[in-house]
Amino acid sequence: MKFPALMILAALMAPAAAQSQTQAPPGEQSVAPYAQGDANAGAEPFKDDRLFKALHGLAGLDRVVAELIRENQADPRTADFFHSSDTVRLHRTLVEQLCYLAGGPCRYTGMSMAQAHAHMGVQTKDFDAVVEHLERALDLEGVPFRDQAKLLAKLAPMKRIMVDQDRN
Amino acid sequence: MAVFSNAVLVACLALAVAGSAEAREWRWGGKLDLTRGVANVEGVGGGGLAAWALITGNETADGIGGELSGAYVALPNYSARVFGGGVGLYDRLEVTAARATFDTGATGAKLGLGRGFTFDQTIVGAKLRLIGDAVYDQDRWLPQISAGVQYKANDRGAVVRAVGADRNSDIDFYLAGTKLLLDESLVLSGAVRATRANQFGFLGFGGDRNHGYGAEFEGSAAYLVTSKLAVGGEYRSKPDNLGFAREDAAFDLFAAYALTRNLSVTAAYVDLGDIATFRRQRGAYVSLQAGF
Repeated sequence: MKFPALMILAALMAPAAAQSQTQAPPGEQSVAPYAQGDANAGAEPFKDDRLFKALHGLAGLDRVVAELIRENQADPRTADFFHSSDTVRLHRTLVEQLCYLAGGPCRYTGMSMAQAHAHMGVQTKDFDAVVEHLERALDLEGVPFRDQAKLLAKLAPMKRIMVDQDRN
Repeated sequence: MAVFSNAVLVACLALAVAGSAEAREWRWGGKLDLTRGVANVEGVGGGGLAAWALITGNETADGIGGELSGAYVALPNYSARVFGGGVGLYDRLEVTAARATFDTGATGAKLGLGRGFTFDQTIVGAKLRLIGDAVYDQDRWLPQISAGVQYKANDRGAVVRAVGADRNSDIDFYLAGTKLLLDESLVLSGAVRATRANQFGFLGFGGDRNHGYGAEFEGSAAYLVTSKLAVGGEYRSKPDNLGFAREDAAFDLFAAYALTRNLSVTAAYVDLGDIATFRRQRGAYVSLQAGF
C-alpha cells in the first residue's frame, strides 16, 4: 500500500488553490477541468484530529479505502457503479476526502459529490450498500463503532445530493 | 448499521415508480439496519412502549417493506401477548395491524372474571412521515416527524363498561419525532398522543373519572453500543380515567439486538405500575421481529 500513500503525499504537495486541474497525476486518467476546493468534500471537517487518529491516520485510511473499493467492486449490488471508474483516482480522492473530513492534514482535490455522482442513478439502497462496505472496512481496520459513527455522521447527509437531488 | 439486503429479494422488480420524471427501479429492502425500529406493544414501528416516527419495514423511498412481530410480557399478576404485522410504503406510509391479548391468568378469579379471563384487542394503525429524515439528516437538528392514528377495538365491551369505561373502541392520534444522533451514537424519540385508552385500551376508553381526550407523552432514548446492539429506556404516560383502580405511567429498560439483517430480538425490564388494583406490575418483555 506504499504506492497510494506516496500519491497522497504528492497531492498534498500540489498547490491547493481553487483552479482547474490540467494534468492528471501519474497512473490516473485525465478528467475534464473542474473547480477544485475543500468545499467539494461535501461537509465541514472536524475541528480537531481525534477522529483522524482514531482512523489510524493516512496509513489506516489507505487500507480502509482500498478495502472499500475492493468490496464495492466485488459486491454485485454495487459493482456496476464502479465498473469503469478510475480506481487509482478514486482511491486518492477518497483518502483525501475522508482525511480532510476527519480533521487530518489533507486538502480535497476531487470533484463535488454532485459532480461525481451526476446521472449515475444512485438509489438509497445503493448508497446504503456502500455505507455497509465502509463499515466493514472500518471494522477490519479495528476502528471502534463510536468513531465509525462520527465519520458516518459526516457522510450520511450526502445521500440528499447523491440520491435525492439526482432524481430528475 | 449493517444494511438489509436479501439475495432473493434483490431480484429487483423493474417497475418505474409512477409520478417520477425519470424511471426509478422499484426495489425491495435497502434500509439501514436499526432504522425501522422494532414493533411496540401496539404493533407500531417504534420502541417497546413508544411509537416512533420511523416507518416500519426495510424499504427505502424506492420500494415496499414489511415486518412481522410477536411479543410477550410477563408480569406478577398478568401476562400479555401481541402479534402484529405491518407494511411500509416508500419509507413514507406505514400500515399496521396487531392482535393483543391481556391474560388475567389466576388473577382473573380474584377479579371476579374467572381464571384465565382474557381481554383481546385488535389494533389497526397508519403512520405518515411528514418531514425530516432521522437517519440521513445528520447535519440538521430537525428530527423525522410523523403523524399517526390507531383504531383499537376491545372485545370485552360489557366488562370494560362495568368497570366504568365509556366505550370499547376508540381512536388514538399521535405526533412523533425521532432523531438518530450518529455523532453521539444516540437515538432520541418523543411523541405526544391524544388518547382516552385505559391500560392501552385493554380496559376500554374514557371513564367515570374523565371522559375526554388527554395529551400523553412517550419518550425513548437508546445508545448504540454497536451497529447491532442498542440499549435504552422508555417512558410512556397514560390517562387515569377509571375510578375503581389507579393507572400509572409505564417505564422500560431494554436491549435490542439484530440477530441477522432480517431478525431482531428485544428484551426489556418493564414497569407498568398498578393494573386493575394489583400493585407494582413489573416484569419482563421479550419480542422477536422479522423485517423484510
